[in-house]
Amino acid sequence: MLEKALEDLQNKVRKAAFLAEGMVNKAEKALEERKGELAREVIDKDEEELDLLDLEITEDVVRIFARYQPKARDLRMTLAIFNISRYLERVGDHTVNIAEYTLDLVDKPPVKPLIDIPRMTQIASEMLRDSIDAFMKGDPEGALRVIERDDEVDNLLEQVRRELVTYMVSDSSTIDRGLKLTSIARNLERIADLATNIAEEAVFLEKGKIIKHTKPK
Amino acid sequence: MSNPIMRTEDLCAYFDDHQVLKGVNLSIEEKKVTAIMGPSGCGKTTLIRCLNRMHELTPGARMMGKIWLRDQDLLSMNPMVVRRRVGMVFQKPNPFPTMSIYNNVLAGYRLNGIRLKRDEADRIVEGALRSAALWDEVKDALHKRGTFLSGGQQQRLCIARALAVQPEVLLMDEPTSALDPKATDHIERLIVELKEQVTIVIVTHNIAQAGRISDYTAFMYLGELIEYGPTEALFTAPRDSRTEEYLTGKFG
Repeated sequence: MLEKALEDLQNKVRKAAFLAEGMVNKAEKALEERKGELAREVIDKDEEELDLLDLEITEDVVRIFARYQPKARDLRMTLAIFNISRYLERVGDHTVNIAEYTLDLVDKPPVKPLIDIPRMTQIASEMLRDSIDAFMKGDPEGALRVIERDDEVDNLLEQVRRELVTYMVSDSSTIDRGLKLTSIARNLERIADLATNIAEEAVFLEKGKIIKHTKPK
Repeated sequence: MSNPIMRTEDLCAYFDDHQVLKGVNLSIEEKKVTAIMGPSGCGKTTLIRCLNRMHELTPGARMMGKIWLRDQDLLSMNPMVVRRRVGMVFQKPNPFPTMSIYNNVLAGYRLNGIRLKRDEADRIVEGALRSAALWDEVKDALHKRGTFLSGGQQQRLCIARALAVQPEVLLMDEPTSALDPKATDHIERLIVELKEQVTIVIVTHNIAQAGRISDYTAFMYLGELIEYGPTEALFTAPRDSRTEEYLTGKFG
């Protein structure tokens, strides 16, 4: 019945979130440790698994609406999981972008030691984990803390851009690599945005309020 | 359909000259819940009353076509045997008013003149009441009359009575329409559990109920079987525009 269907749905979205977070960390590790095979794994294996989970979740959600017409919290839960699965699938897409840039970079000399990109990765993956935890535990305060962290990632992106521009201006041979690293940082920033979207779903689930497109007070 | 337990072939049913079923071909999958829905007068109750030969009990009623119960021609079987193998629960709970809960459960045996030893009778009563999720509520009141129970409990007693003779198929004609939402929920959960042991065919005018509990859904309209298939498929993307219109409340 509906309770069982919702429980299965939560398990699937938890699995998808775990997979997406693992992909983000794996792609960054591939870049930092210059391991092309890890980047390949993200592109060839992990993304497909995540896409299949998203498809399964979408089908489950359609089935739940068709069969049970969920109401109140059950309705919010079903809608929220539908959205979260979309966001996680996009996290997968951004991670594949990172892995593809990484494949272009692993056999070239580094522009500079990586400091801010690993930091951005760490924050983005923590935000992903914390947003899903907040959703699963029904913890809107925890979700709001995730949303607040988005600024940290935005600031780091600006810092990475400024720094890489300096390198590219002073040595034109670094331009291609510099632009790819900037794109990696940009993708990480988008992943953090998607984590805030997930956190917004946690607030919606518990409070019934739609807070996207509004600044947290 | 991989494993049908019952099958109708060009089934037509009449009340005198009025044709209420028009060539229905339906396969009932074993150990699944099949819901038959449709607007009033579409023939859904007549269809299940054909499936255990109750239709012919109405004066002027007759049917044509074939009904198969596994590989047996149901229309050439002894109707009493058919009704033991294909049980029925009705819209309004109808325990026998003068009988105790215990004797209500055993009514199928008693009315068929089957004598049971005491311990065997006890075992059947407990088993059927447990299957109907009623045992815990009535185990200390087995010799009280069934009519003292609430509406939902009475309906579960009727389900226990039907299950006691171990039917292969249980037909249910709008079994929750006289019950409140809580008792309805109880019966719906019971139906989902019962399909482990018995094939269930339920007539319902409640679209949401068909969606919640059935594996397969048949949509009938004006005596015809318009569409039949897995509930999820029928509720998500019906093939026939009449099913679509019925599900979206445009008629019926």
